[in-house]
Amino acid sequence: MNAICCIARVPDTATRIKIGPNGKSIDPEGVQYVINPFDEFALEAAIQHKEAKGGELVVMYVGQDDFAKDLRQCLAKGADKAIHLKIDGPLGPQGISSLLAEKIRPLMPASVFCGKQAVDGDVGGMGVMLAGLLDVPAVSKVSSLELKDDTAVATREIEGGVETIDASLPCVFTFEKGANEPRRAGLKEIMAAKKKPLEVEEVSAPAPKLSVESLELPPPRPEGRIVGEGTEAVAELVLLLREESKVI
Amino acid sequence: MPGICVITEQRGGEVKRASLEALAEALRKKSTVGGDVTAVVLGHEIGEAAAALAASGADQVVAFDRADLALYSSEGHCACAAQAVRDAGASVVFVAATIQGRDLAAAISGGAALDAGYAADCTAIDTDGGDLVATRPVFAGKAIIKVRCTAETFVLSLRPNIFDATLPGGSASVTTATPPFDEGSLRARVTGIAASTKGRKDVAEADIVVSGGRGAGSPEGFAPIEALAEALDAAVGASRAVVDLGWRPHAEQVGQTGKVVSPKLYVAAGISGAIQHLAGMRTSKVIVAINKDPAAPIFKVADYGIVGDLHEVLPALKDALLALA
Repeated sequence: MNAICCIARVPDTATRIKIGPNGKSIDPEGVQYVINPFDEFALEAAIQHKEAKGGELVVMYVGQDDFAKDLRQCLAKGADKAIHLKIDGPLGPQGISSLLAEKIRPLMPASVFCGKQAVDGDVGGMGVMLAGLLDVPAVSKVSSLELKDDTAVATREIEGGVETIDASLPCVFTFEKGANEPRRAGLKEIMAAKKKPLEVEEVSAPAPKLSVESLELPPPRPEGRIVGEGTEAVAELVLLLREESKVI
Repeated sequence: MPGICVITEQRGGEVKRASLEALAEALRKKSTVGGDVTAVVLGHEIGEAAAALAASGADQVVAFDRADLALYSSEGHCACAAQAVRDAGASVVFVAATIQGRDLAAAISGGAALDAGYAADCTAIDTDGGDLVATRPVFAGKAIIKVRCTAETFVLSLRPNIFDATLPGGSASVTTATPPFDEGSLRARVTGIAASTKGRKDVAEADIVVSGGRGAGSPEGFAPIEALAEALDAAVGASRAVVDLGWRPHAEQVGQTGKVVSPKLYVAAGISGAIQHLAGMRTSKVIVAINKDPAAPIFKVADYGIVGDLHEVLPALKDALLALA
């Protein structure tokens, strides 16, 4: 069975967000873009799937911008092939899932591995939408995954507990941070990855389903104050928490 | 055709509070959207939950009640919910943005279901003419976006603990609907739920969070953080640095790749305040920072700061608080 890993290109989480001049998107100036942190765990799970079940592992990226360096990293870690579906405008999860579904269908049966959400838009919908289009089950926010013959057992943290989920394969899984230990590529693998196929295919983006009214920074927090130094400041802090802000 | 469908979530026959918040918000938006407000409930032996919804003020209640819906599956719940929305002819769908709700809201928005516009984790819903305009955080709250829908159906998931849950009350009829798939045909489903470690609160749900960072010095250095958390009946949080070091579990991480929290009191001990951490806790009501470095960025967002070693300050703080009680 094949494995597909879908990755997103996002601003590094250390980025200070600035709003662009149109007031509807961020100012990309000086922003460092990286693989979405949750996708690193999806890639590791996809590599483990390939090691256990054989088949081909294809990494797919839908986006406007070049991402070849990071796609090569995925190839170095163990993917067989990378595909960049190059679009001409920004897309939400619906558009991305429909483009991916079209590309994945000829590779079925294949399990699909994605991050639980991209840390820019924070929607967390692409994976389950893709599962619907591929007519396979979905398990989102996987915090551990055990692959068996034709099935998998996943766990997911929910409010106040942990769910166990049984899924038949193929399936779409979206990953939480910490689900596994992502590997690093060695120098030999990095060299070998240069010979692996990386295809760029231009596709037209479907019409978005939402329109952006505005993008703004949140209001700043009011200026706080240093109460004092060391244990001597504790009594005053307790007084402030009790009398001024009334939280204890 | 207008109308709002609210897909509610129940556990053990009790409708979740976050779902009641979504239903109350739907009733407040009814005059803007037009049509009826339909409450949908799914599960097994859920007569009590359906009755509670019927008395809430919703115009109608649709119940899917079958053994294979007792525990959540993306596939099964999505098929039922999408059918209920189509049957009601609703143009707007509200779902509580719980973990289950966010999975379901995304699934029903997908191209294989309602092919809708989807605004996740909304913190405000405004009206503009007959349109709904959704406000939601992006980049874990580093920025706020406002969106409106350009598709025929608009699905919104509503962040818990933001919207007023006051319901007008009423008496609606309950319709029992049949799930649109064969019983036992689901390919992925929850088979069990284990409660989290006893006595420990979830960092995303607690009223008070005491978080530690690299300043703790070692995994054992979290002892004063845990002791203060216990004294305050608080949850323990952690910075990304100490989670990546393996000192604390990922479930405790606060920040952009962890949890976004907004407790009434957030105590950051030995946390310098990296941008991705600040994104996860800046909406807390009151922030207290304890750090040895007076130039640490955490002091910029803190209401109150103490410059000092957490290993000295936290035990003194705990004693002072216990003396109050």
